[in-house]
Amino acid sequence: MTLGSEFAHALVVCFAAIFTGNILLTTFLGMCPFLAVSREVRTALGLGAAVAFVMTCTCALNWLAYRYVLVPLGIEFFRFILFIIIIAAFVQFVEMVIERVSMPLYQSLGIFLPLITVNCAILGASLFMVIRGYSFLATVGYGLGSGLGWMLAIVSMAGIRRKLATNRIPEGLQGPAITMIIAGIMALAFIGFTGVLAGR
Amino acid sequence: MATLTAVAVVSGIAGALAALLVLAERFIANYGECRITINGEKTLTVPGGRSLLESLAAEKVFIPSACGGRGTCSYCKVKILEGGGPLLPTELPLLSESDRAGEVRISCQVKVRNDLRIEIPEELFNVREYRGVVERIRDLTHDIKELRIRLVEPDAIRFTAGQYIQLRAPAYGEQREPVYRAYSISSPPSDGGAVELIIRLVPGGICTTWVFDHLKEGDEVVFNGPYGEFRLTDSDAEMVWVAGGSGMAPFWSMVRQMAEHGSQRTCTYLFGALTKKDLFLVDELRELEDRLPGFRFAPALSKPEPGDEWDGETGLITEVADRAVEQGTGAEAYLCGSGGMIKAACAVLEQKGIGADRTFYDSFT
Repeated sequence: MTLGSEFAHALVVCFAAIFTGNILLTTFLGMCPFLAVSREVRTALGLGAAVAFVMTCTCALNWLAYRYVLVPLGIEFFRFILFIIIIAAFVQFVEMVIERVSMPLYQSLGIFLPLITVNCAILGASLFMVIRGYSFLATVGYGLGSGLGWMLAIVSMAGIRRKLATNRIPEGLQGPAITMIIAGIMALAFIGFTGVLAGR
Repeated sequence: MATLTAVAVVSGIAGALAALLVLAERFIANYGECRITINGEKTLTVPGGRSLLESLAAEKVFIPSACGGRGTCSYCKVKILEGGGPLLPTELPLLSESDRAGEVRISCQVKVRNDLRIEIPEELFNVREYRGVVERIRDLTHDIKELRIRLVEPDAIRFTAGQYIQLRAPAYGEQREPVYRAYSISSPPSDGGAVELIIRLVPGGICTTWVFDHLKEGDEVVFNGPYGEFRLTDSDAEMVWVAGGSGMAPFWSMVRQMAEHGSQRTCTYLFGALTKKDLFLVDELRELEDRLPGFRFAPALSKPEPGDEWDGETGLITEVADRAVEQGTGAEAYLCGSGGMIKAACAVLEQKGIGADRTFYDSFT
């Protein structure tokens, strides 16, 4: 593959990860913060941006670790542990840097970082990129796309929940119940994107 | 062989990342020394980078916190006048409108990054850690003990009658970590060189089991305090006190303070117990009845035994309160005991016209 076609492939992977294969709505990864932090659009946006950033970076880092450490030594089965260690260390490091460098950024994004270490969508993205055998560029595209897709889902959910707040909901459906139902309907809606990219 | 390589490689990478984080912590997250000025009078110099709650605790300024700094209980509110930075999203749900207007922050969430000027209630300034020696343990009933702790370092404590301390039960037996449990001080404030506690055995309770089975006279103990807003008002209003079991403690402190000051306030003390053997300090309280013109002690038994020869009040303490308190009285009510008892008693008092604004309580939870 030439660099140009590889770049195009990465773009396609990125687009697919946002819409047709949305990591939250098709694999239901990262549900806990999705349900817990989707009450306000602003916080959802902050958490979503943090997830997108961390997912892009950790997918790339994990790809390098996998390709240049685990594969040559023949110990691919250790990827779970190694990926988690890398994600945790990266999140810690980024939190420290952001807190030091820019307080406004820390306010809007940094405080969500510790929440992300245990977000299964982050680890899930790294594992999927291995299973699907993506190249480095495609991996970056996939990480970014998955992150943006997750952000899109949580921000939409926050928007819907804001509307819900002013509506009457039957008692038995209030709280998490109605949120789960909405998540299901959103997942159905996202299935509508299937076929936009032929062969995906 | 592959497993060994794998373990070595992963450990190596983890070690390298840990080393990187330690370096980052030293150089990036190093905020140097910060000064915290409290109430404009005391200045502490602390290493920056930790939460305000932790930094203060390290300097022996104890802010109450029930959740241990996880940002859920909202007890550790502190006024930050300068240097706190903007409100964090993690604090917002815990702060009311008036809190936000009054520059109140959640101290376990605010990090010390620069010099701070803060304000804490004067009482908390008094809160510190005390070391003492158990001077006396005496049985008040079959399951209630009185503990007298002579203070060693510091050698005196200032508190108001009704406040409580947190006693530390060290690790013992299966219990791996020390725990803190709150107990009201039962000695009067004038007796500042010691504190007395009234402790009822809770079956399976970590701290009470330690007190009942392990603690001996002469042992060293550690506690911090004093805490709490439960205290008598400065008014001359008539009072109704309602207590059960070890809920005696704050009132035993208050009534002795009233006796020292020769208080004239009218006060009816309703004390509930199951049987006669669950009553204690009766003779001492009867003696105070003679010395205080307005004070009346009315113990009540809910299940008197045939051998008790009881001629006093009977029934649940709520029933007794229903009979003893006059309708539409202007009295203030003070309650101490289990949450259930307090809830039930508050309902009775409400019916009698003693509303929430004149009801004060200290609930065991």
